[in-house]
Amino acid sequence: MSKQNLAGVMGIYENPHILVEAMDQVRKANYRYFDAYTPYPVHGLDAAQGLKRSPLPFITFSAGLTGCILGFYLQYWTSVIDWPLIVGGKPMNSWPAFVPVMFECTILFAGLATVVGMFLLNRLPNQHRKAFDPRLTNDQFALVIEASPGVDEVPSSAQKQSKTYKPFLESEVQEFLRRTGAKEVKSVYTEEWF
Amino acid sequence: MPSSTGGEQYVADIWVTGGKTLADVNDDIAAPIERFPTKKWWVCFITAILVFSLGAALSTDMFTSGLGVLGLNQPNGWGVFIVNFVFWVGIGHAGTLISAILFLFRQKWRTAINRSAEAMTIFAVTTALIFPVIHTGRPWYAAFWLLPYPNQRHLWVNFRSPLLWDVFAVGTYFTISLVFWFVGLVPDLASIRDRAKNPIRKFIYTVLSLGWRGSNKSWSHYEIAYMLLAGLSTPLVLSVHSVVSFDFAVSNLPGWHTTIFPPYFVAGAVFSGFAMVVTLLVIAREMFNLKNYITLNHLEKMNKIIMATGMMVGYAYSCEFFIAWYSGSSFERFAFINRAFGPYWWAYWIMATCNVMIPQVFWFKKCRTSIPIMFVISLFVNIGMWFERFVIVVTSLHRDFLPSNWRYYVPTFYDWGITLGSFGWFFIWFLIFCRVLPAIAMAEVKGVMAVEGGTSHSPDQNKSEVPAHV
Repeated sequence: MSKQNLAGVMGIYENPHILVEAMDQVRKANYRYFDAYTPYPVHGLDAAQGLKRSPLPFITFSAGLTGCILGFYLQYWTSVIDWPLIVGGKPMNSWPAFVPVMFECTILFAGLATVVGMFLLNRLPNQHRKAFDPRLTNDQFALVIEASPGVDEVPSSAQKQSKTYKPFLESEVQEFLRRTGAKEVKSVYTEEWF
Repeated sequence: MPSSTGGEQYVADIWVTGGKTLADVNDDIAAPIERFPTKKWWVCFITAILVFSLGAALSTDMFTSGLGVLGLNQPNGWGVFIVNFVFWVGIGHAGTLISAILFLFRQKWRTAINRSAEAMTIFAVTTALIFPVIHTGRPWYAAFWLLPYPNQRHLWVNFRSPLLWDVFAVGTYFTISLVFWFVGLVPDLASIRDRAKNPIRKFIYTVLSLGWRGSNKSWSHYEIAYMLLAGLSTPLVLSVHSVVSFDFAVSNLPGWHTTIFPPYFVAGAVFSGFAMVVTLLVIAREMFNLKNYITLNHLEKMNKIIMATGMMVGYAYSCEFFIAWYSGSSFERFAFINRAFGPYWWAYWIMATCNVMIPQVFWFKKCRTSIPIMFVISLFVNIGMWFERFVIVVTSLHRDFLPSNWRYYVPTFYDWGITLGSFGWFFIWFLIFCRVLPAIAMAEVKGVMAVEGGTSHSPDQNKSEVPAHV
């Protein structure tokens, strides 16, 4: 743990209500990078943090549409173009019979894209940033004001340079977090998992 | 909820009893993973392995000697294996119903049971998939016949066949259930990782948890992903048993060729699946000391669903008879009279008794909340639903259009042994699951506890307020 790889300053809070209020203050204080670490999704935290709604539904929808079209095309190409074969006296392009497979392909593509999309947006699997504190997946709620963009940061949202942000000064941030009601404040460092 | 003294009073449902704190949730649910297996567990596990070995040995013998060792004959080309396939796929449906549909309906009580029910789904579908494959007699050819891939024979699968729709439906169902389950597991695996002391365990759970840290930016995407997967799984689960029912309904055989089949199969699937969930959870909460998380209140809710879906299948049974009469088709009428009063009358009445009559005792709260009664009833429902599929498959086939073609079907020792073996297979996986993964969704339970009013913040105060069931 050298001082060079300072990740930020972490405040640990008694309960999620104080955390949400603290988050609101941190956002208003105009810090550049900050995030909360909680054992379960806390309601109201997204709004306090000023997070936009996840773009994931667009990924899901496009993948679903792709799956539907590919599902139809697979059946059309094999039954009409590659090897036309009359089955049960039906037309070559007997599309109503293709609907179940199209539907299943839609769900398959959309579902897998949702998971892959979520992993990409969250930078998972994450090898390089170890969890700050083991209590944060148990029963403690933390807020971290980060010195640099976190691993979970989506690059596009970090590109906005128009605003001027409050600079990160370790001691000042520590004092600030104490004032927001943190019961414990400490500096955290970037570590690898292995 | 138990009514307080002094008249009716609304009491918000409490889903975790015993005044548990957030930290208790981790301790209690991770406990079975972190200690050595108990004797009871080993007894169950070794029994499951022995039962599975019986099935595996019989299957191996069947592959070498041919399908003649089974009870199949002309016209009974489908027998117990197809019954088992439909049975096991159906079992899986409760897991998806709990994890996806109850999620979309904001049923908070699902958090205690969704993890184990989803695990059950995955293992049940895995078990189900065995049967159509070994039913081919030469399972190593199954990939040739089932999957559309470019091949040297320049042939494609028949996309107009419901059997092929099944390959896609069940395959998609398995894949999506698996990823949905895994996504739900990630935060809990991170919890297990963070409390692990043993370096090997820590390493394994670090890899499995993908380095999840629970940042709110992650949760934000995660929650949307979870909701989308629930939204996708809901139509998927309805489609799967509908497509399974198409295997029958699309054919022209009286007794199979009915439009009621898709909803009837889906209701039956949920019915049998919930019965299996109750069977498993009654045992699991006892074995792993989870009574404060899987409360009587949860079990009662499931029993209500069992009763409701039981009446849906009862309605389907009577509706089939009505339509058989109303259709005016003599073959159709014969198929149904033969079903209830023909040579397989016993199977029909086992089905009707177990599925429609016995669950009616759940009208009484005493029965809904009694562990021994619900356990016995859940077993009856499992048996009844197995026989429902037996009735559908066998009674329709054994007397078709030509009386000269009629023949009785008797499953052999191989049929029964391999069926039993499939239960061994299922329980092997389920028992391993209980040992290595958190059987209850810890992060979700904590979320529900928070909504209840912050059990975590003042445990001492809450201890007196929270009624301890059981």
